[in-house]
Amino acid sequence: MSGPPAPPPAGAALRHPYEVVIEAGRPSLNYWVDLWRYRDLLGFLTLRDIKVRYKQTILGVGWALIQPVVTTVIFTFVFGKLAGMSAGGVPYPLLVLAGLLPWQLFTAALSGSSASLISNAQLISKVYFPRLMIPLASLGVALIDFLVVLGLYVCVSLWFGRVPSWHWALLPIFIGVALVLAFGAGLWFTALTVKYRDFRYIVPFLIQIGVFISPIGFSTGVLPTWRKLLDLNPVTGVIDAFRWCLLSDGQPFDEHGIVCSVLISSILTFSGLWYFRKMERTFADVI
Amino acid sequence: MAADSIISVEGVSKRYVIGHLVDTTLRDRLARGARAAAAWFGPRAGPSRSREEFWALREVSFEVPRGQVLGIVGRNGAGKSTLLKVLSRITEPTAGRVTMRGRVASLLEVGTGFHPELTGRENVYLNGAILGMYRAEITRKFDEIVAFSEVERFLDTPVKHYSSGMYVRLAFAIAAHLEPDILIVDEVLAVGDAQFQKKCLNKVSEVTRSGDRTVLFVSHNSAALQSICSAGIWMNQGKLVFQGPINDCLAAYLQTGSQRADFAAPSKDKPHITSVEVDARALAQGRIEVAVGFKSPFPLSPPVVGITLLSKLGQPISGSNGRMAGAAWVVPPAQSGVVVAAIDAAPLHSDTYRLSVYLGDAAMDYDQKLDVVDFDFISPRFYPQMPPLQSIGPVDLQWRWSLRPD
Repeated sequence: MSGPPAPPPAGAALRHPYEVVIEAGRPSLNYWVDLWRYRDLLGFLTLRDIKVRYKQTILGVGWALIQPVVTTVIFTFVFGKLAGMSAGGVPYPLLVLAGLLPWQLFTAALSGSSASLISNAQLISKVYFPRLMIPLASLGVALIDFLVVLGLYVCVSLWFGRVPSWHWALLPIFIGVALVLAFGAGLWFTALTVKYRDFRYIVPFLIQIGVFISPIGFSTGVLPTWRKLLDLNPVTGVIDAFRWCLLSDGQPFDEHGIVCSVLISSILTFSGLWYFRKMERTFADVI
Repeated sequence: MAADSIISVEGVSKRYVIGHLVDTTLRDRLARGARAAAAWFGPRAGPSRSREEFWALREVSFEVPRGQVLGIVGRNGAGKSTLLKVLSRITEPTAGRVTMRGRVASLLEVGTGFHPELTGRENVYLNGAILGMYRAEITRKFDEIVAFSEVERFLDTPVKHYSSGMYVRLAFAIAAHLEPDILIVDEVLAVGDAQFQKKCLNKVSEVTRSGDRTVLFVSHNSAALQSICSAGIWMNQGKLVFQGPINDCLAAYLQTGSQRADFAAPSKDKPHITSVEVDARALAQGRIEVAVGFKSPFPLSPPVVGITLLSKLGQPISGSNGRMAGAAWVVPPAQSGVVVAAIDAAPLHSDTYRLSVYLGDAAMDYDQKLDVVDFDFISPRFYPQMPPLQSIGPVDLQWRWSLRPD
């Protein structure tokens, strides 16, 4: 009880700075203020997920590398060798890895945020904080794994004798698009999972389908006629943008694709926020 | 609402919908949608399913002035926990309005959000943030928290290797160092060893004596309530039935804790138990008096009632019946009546107890009601240095102590 800086005195002001009114169906006016007030919690939750992720494993963060390496080898063999698809002058493994990077970032963020509320059920039923913290915090783990694989990409790229160009500078923007896309969809899924556990099975299923309808193992350049249709899958635009950044030469920048991605991810995120906020008040009763 | 009150609760109700209409899988939801659609076109497809409602809180209103330490008493299921959940913003009221003028921290559980794989140090930060502290605040109080918890040596060990005592001490230490304007505490002091409990109680009363901390405190421990709280409210079946000074509140609550269960006849041709009641007035005087009503199609000679006293966790403590009583239970045959069993000065500690009741005659048993009522027994004996019940058990035997020289 003797910490030198005392907390701000409550004061005799009529409206207390922390005044909270709880009422049925009342939209919380303080919601975004609260979100900011709990910013440190976001950091600690993210840190928790990252620290716990590879505890008690022998390979540790090596697990983040194994999957992309194996997938790259298989896709290079299937699409590059067996199907003989063109990579547009780029080493085929590099093309695959550049597509896998955003795909894995997206799927890790999506499955993480979709499962987030259920795996934190204990917290939700025992303590108040803006629930949005939970799906937000789950993005951190996806980002860490992504950075590890990005490191791998740089090594492979240098090994093939390719040095990064100025296109790399725009990469953070597209990382952001991938994350927002996953977050928007994740908001929907995680809020729905609280009530309908079916969505626990739907998300892995969607991801499985996504592997086939996203241009991971091949370049969109080989399917010019299907282009517009492919763009309806919002991941397509992100993958193409990543390839434009990472592979640089010979990769056209496809505006249509990335516009589709940005559009769909904003729709998902705004509607997801709306649905999440709407359901949030009943989470503790239902979970 | 009063201008000087820090918490105003106005007509708060909370409804839960139980059972049938809660869709737990998407299939149920879709099936219900399909049925609703079918009902639109064709004739009504089957009866509509009933909606079972449960009001955990009904029209609860009260005010808490700044600096008051308010005890909340009531039986299990009276709505105390729901009230705390509404005040903590975990769940939303169905109707009514709560205004709170200050920073709120609630402790509904010790160590919420502790992660077993993280070290003590990491958990202090995580748990502190979950309870609403800023990082800087935790850093400032870190040494104090660690000293209070007495687990300095294991600070960098994952908490999964902690003993449960260490775990609780660390968790409570964090909570004890919160500096909210309003602190909401739900029975968390009922954990840990006696010495640490005392330390926690001291910490709470030290905090509350400073005068500007408002505390809401739910407990079954009337001694703790009396020593910490100044005022109390008593909840019963979701309603607030008493508000006033803590001693009056406890007295009123303990007087009328009558517990009664009534039963319909399972069939006409079988002797059965019609009611079980634990007398409240007797309880308030430290006696246990159980009245068991029975009805039978033929005379029971003699009617024999068996009673088993169970602990809060449902373990049998002691049971007896008319047959065991032998010469003390000689009554004429009867087809109905009320058998009363009483113990004066029950050798029990203050706690919640439960009862199972049996009905028979001299030869055999006919009916049984297992775990039918529970009641709070308040022992007239008060032991200031009493260890927690999980370590000494509920039976209060009067030992004779002596010291014999070598």
